[in-house]
Amino acid sequence: MSWALVLEQTLNGLQFGVMLFLMAAGLTLVFGIMNLVNLAHGSLYMVGAYLAAAFAHWSGSFVLGVALALPATLLVGIAVEVIALRTLYERDHLDQVLATFGLILFFNELISIVWGRAAIYTSVPTILGGHFRILPGVPYPTYRASIIVVGILVSVLLWGLVTRTRLGMRIRAGASNRTMVSALGVNVRLLYTLVFGLGAALAGLAGAMAGPIYAVQPGMGEAILIQVFVVIVIGGIGSIRGAMVGAIVVGMADTLGRAFLKPMLATIISPPAADKAGPALASMLIYLLMAAVLFFRPEGLFPARSRS
Amino acid sequence: MTADRRRAVTLAAGGVLLALVPPIAALTDQPFYLDLFRRMMIFAIAAVSLDLILGYGGMVSFGHAAYLGIGAYAVGIPAYHGITNGFLQLGLAVAASALVALVIGAISLRTSGVYFIMITLAFAQMLYYLGISLETYGGDNGMRLAARSRFVGPVDLAQPTTFYYLVLAILVLLLVAGRRLVGSRFGMVIRAAKANEPRARAIGFSTARYKLTAFVIAGATAGLAGALLANQTEYLTPDFMHWTRSGEIMFMVILGGMGSLFGPVLGAVALLLLEDVLSALTAHWQIILGPILILVVLFAKRGLFGLLAGTRVD
Repeated sequence: MSWALVLEQTLNGLQFGVMLFLMAAGLTLVFGIMNLVNLAHGSLYMVGAYLAAAFAHWSGSFVLGVALALPATLLVGIAVEVIALRTLYERDHLDQVLATFGLILFFNELISIVWGRAAIYTSVPTILGGHFRILPGVPYPTYRASIIVVGILVSVLLWGLVTRTRLGMRIRAGASNRTMVSALGVNVRLLYTLVFGLGAALAGLAGAMAGPIYAVQPGMGEAILIQVFVVIVIGGIGSIRGAMVGAIVVGMADTLGRAFLKPMLATIISPPAADKAGPALASMLIYLLMAAVLFFRPEGLFPARSRS
Repeated sequence: MTADRRRAVTLAAGGVLLALVPPIAALTDQPFYLDLFRRMMIFAIAAVSLDLILGYGGMVSFGHAAYLGIGAYAVGIPAYHGITNGFLQLGLAVAASALVALVIGAISLRTSGVYFIMITLAFAQMLYYLGISLETYGGDNGMRLAARSRFVGPVDLAQPTTFYYLVLAILVLLLVAGRRLVGSRFGMVIRAAKANEPRARAIGFSTARYKLTAFVIAGATAGLAGALLANQTEYLTPDFMHWTRSGEIMFMVILGGMGSLFGPVLGAVALLLLEDVLSALTAHWQIILGPILILVVLFAKRGLFGLLAGTRVD
């Protein structure tokens, strides 16, 4: 186990964490403000990935594809909000879970009608295709590094938006007291639609960037969605800061666990046994982590302030 | 009274119809129907078990398929090693899923609301990955069931009709036991905890313990359904525990009418029929099922049982 490998896997963990954060931020905002559990958030991730692949194919430029997929996913998100989800805000969580589960079935099937069930692969643009030396003798894929950079950039923008702008002030106000915000004359309905669109665009961005690394296929959104749930449960539902910490923790734990749990176990138990137990334990690691966090802090690490 | 009578008539008719399926299937030489109705009843058992905690206890468990998978593996793994004793397998299924439900419930029930939904989902997903990592037992491809469960003497699930009546008997027993459970002091506490937990606690009930017990009972029953399901399909894969399966079972409960014991049975029958009809229509049947699910949630919250029996269920 060389240090170069540890560094590389740590960066991979950070890259995965960044993707998780882009997803978790939208999900946790929508929950914190509209009190909506949106299972279809993973579908928006999938839609983003497909749109980016399609636009990239059409325009011949990957970057343009991602840039076009962003507003397109935002529009899809707004359409979903206006048509289906708006009526669900006042319903209980069970109704929201079931209705958005219905949306998932719909989107997965729609995607497989349009693009087929087989996975499609997008290639990384040539500028981002190679490796660069992060330290002497330690090459790292440029594309993964650029995901980390984009993710950090977007996080800073999001932080600026929420803490420094009028819209952000309304978002925060909406999270702490909806009735009061609407009494003060803010168009809450429009605010909700905007927040949902913002969350959709972030999920779309994550999906679009995921294209060249993971397989783009129907149902791709659900695997990450459940990991994002783990993120926001660990972080505390409704808290962006919690989503940030949770995303990094889960991204790191999952990536490092997959890379190093097996060799580490092999030093304790027999190598054949470690061969079997290692991967099993690695894929369960984040859920065990979640259970441990919840055991000590049932509200997550950064519980959002109560809305009352 | 009329509502009660309508309910009684509906139920008796349903029971008689289900008991008549094997002879009719044999007469018309359509063994397919035997298979279909058996599958429906197995899912009905799973749906009723979920409704015990969802409809009566207000615990929105989104990981109920996990117990289905545990029950299935409790049949599949012994069978793989040549142990086909049904009592042993079913006993193991119930015990193992009860134990897992105890652990999951003990952690999940510390939380509530949306946390509870997500945590039960995440635990089920964890078990799904555990199933995938069981290389000896087929990994993510799953494995064929070596042989169906064997009970004493002629009671062998390889006999389709015997199997059918066993499932029917279990379903009827479950409904009778469920009715008594819901009406008992225990059931009252569970329902009180759903309606107003602080108040139930203030009266002096330690609701957490009651809820955990209900959670374990539901898990064990779903495990039993899983053991039957493995016998039904004669094939088991980690997909038994996939989260869409949990969603499906939950949909059965809502479609049939939650907070009633017979609603989930109707829901299971209706959903499986609907899937059969839609999938015959088009390969992309989920694009129709999804919106139907949304419409049911938005406009028909009382479910089919509410429509048939004419009683308020919630």
